[in-house]
Amino acid sequence: MLKLEHVSYQVTEEGQALSILNDVSLTIEDNRFIVITGPNGGGKTTLAKIIMGLVTPTSGSIFYNGTDITHLGITERAKLGISYGFQQPPRFKGLRVRDLLELAAGNTKLPREACCQYLTRVGLCADDYVDREVDASLSGGEVKRIEIATILARQSGLLIFDEPEAGIDLWSFSRLIETFQSIRQQRNVTLLIISHQERIISLADEILLVADGEIRHRGPKEEIFPLIMADTVSGCCYMNEGAHK
Amino acid sequence: MNQIDETLLAQIADLHGTPEGAYNIRKDSALAGRSNTKNITIETKADQSGIDIHIRPDTKYEVVHIPVIITQSGIEELVYNDFFIGENCDVSIIAGCGIHNDGHNRSQHDGIHTFHIGKNSHVRYSEKHYGQGNGGGEKIMNPQTILYLEEGASVQLDTVQIRGVDSTKRYTKVVVAKNGEAILTERLLTHGNQTAVSEMDVFLDGEGASARIISRSVAQDHSEQTFYPRMIGNAPSFGHVQCDSILMGDAKIRSIPAITANHTDAQLIHEAAIGRIAGDQITKLMTLGLTAEEAEERILSGFLK
Repeated sequence: MLKLEHVSYQVTEEGQALSILNDVSLTIEDNRFIVITGPNGGGKTTLAKIIMGLVTPTSGSIFYNGTDITHLGITERAKLGISYGFQQPPRFKGLRVRDLLELAAGNTKLPREACCQYLTRVGLCADDYVDREVDASLSGGEVKRIEIATILARQSGLLIFDEPEAGIDLWSFSRLIETFQSIRQQRNVTLLIISHQERIISLADEILLVADGEIRHRGPKEEIFPLIMADTVSGCCYMNEGAHK
Repeated sequence: MNQIDETLLAQIADLHGTPEGAYNIRKDSALAGRSNTKNITIETKADQSGIDIHIRPDTKYEVVHIPVIITQSGIEELVYNDFFIGENCDVSIIAGCGIHNDGHNRSQHDGIHTFHIGKNSHVRYSEKHYGQGNGGGEKIMNPQTILYLEEGASVQLDTVQIRGVDSTKRYTKVVVAKNGEAILTERLLTHGNQTAVSEMDVFLDGEGASARIISRSVAQDHSEQTFYPRMIGNAPSFGHVQCDSILMGDAKIRSIPAITANHTDAQLIHEAAIGRIAGDQITKLMTLGLTAEEAEERILSGFLK
């Protein structure tokens, strides 16, 4: 179980305090499929980074499976079973796809077949990729899919993905949706996905709508989806007026 | 062979015991072992220090080991090794130099290797340099590698400075004829107060010649490295120079590449980058469970692999 208690994060910009997250409290039970959505700049990525330890909150506490992880570093949280798929993953000259998968699997040798399975689940043909370096010769979409494959190889209890759909082509996206569906059906890990994509949102057990540094709404998709729509273009008075002119 | 010899040979040539096939082991400026095969003959030079290696035409899939080790402090040597490789060969040559210096005197190996590679032959040449020992004496290696490729010949040159070499001045020259190909990969690590200078001249002299220089280096602590990779296209040809360096501590790296096209159909490309390990690379590996130190080590070992 993941629990955040009164978590806030502030930064100082040009001498002025700016609140990115404001007194967020949240409990996520095990094996849930949660999608975090909301407008850009609302605090979604910061919330996810605080859970992984990539950002240190200004105040508040974080508990994972009963352990207070507020002051633990990234490595320690990773070892406790938290994984994080970056929105824009880095490239590595000299590290092959296989190397990253093996590091993700706990720095252990992986049979070629296992590497292939992880890559296939993100829509990559393993033979073309397993021995390639994760360098600038790969496109943004390829690096992104490799990133997701490394998270699948982690075998951890809490998988966080920051906009997994960004930069991925339609065909691979369909494959990714199938992978998320299959993880959801197995019900043995918790998925926390930041997404704006309707097909991913529709898979969720629950949706968190994050805006202005707060959790505005939380609930099943049937309840939250209309609120999202009302908050976007269709709910914008100016846009509606413009449309009627 | 004692334990130090075995350690050095394992580091520079992955050798564990006597190699199979042709070999020439040089230890402390003297011959420590030699073997010839039907196709490969190694002879001591009559007029200067070094060896001549003759490989008969059509020799396929044979390996020649020619490692050099220095274990006595104070040895300084200049060695000429000449390779004469016939037509239509496909061979691997594994060289390398390891210095163990526990004394206070300088130990130095300057090896000048010249290759004449016959028509349509393919040669893989690997050379590793390594230094160890706790004495104050410097460990210096100044290799020169000169390659002349005939029509259709190709070479894959793989040079590595593992660690422990206080000073190195490296020079590589390759002349590529019609439809020849040269792939030069240089990997270099310096640390402490070490210095390294590497110059390369690659001449694309024949129509259809191609070459690729891949240089990867890591400079740690207060060490300094300077690179001069130069590619000269004298014919319709293709050349690519790619230099990447990682800077750590207070190290300094200079890269002064030059591409020269003396023919309108010479296509030459150069890319170079020097920088620290990117913070997001370390962070990514930490999210996979590595500590910051382990992540750095993994990034460096992959980069220099």
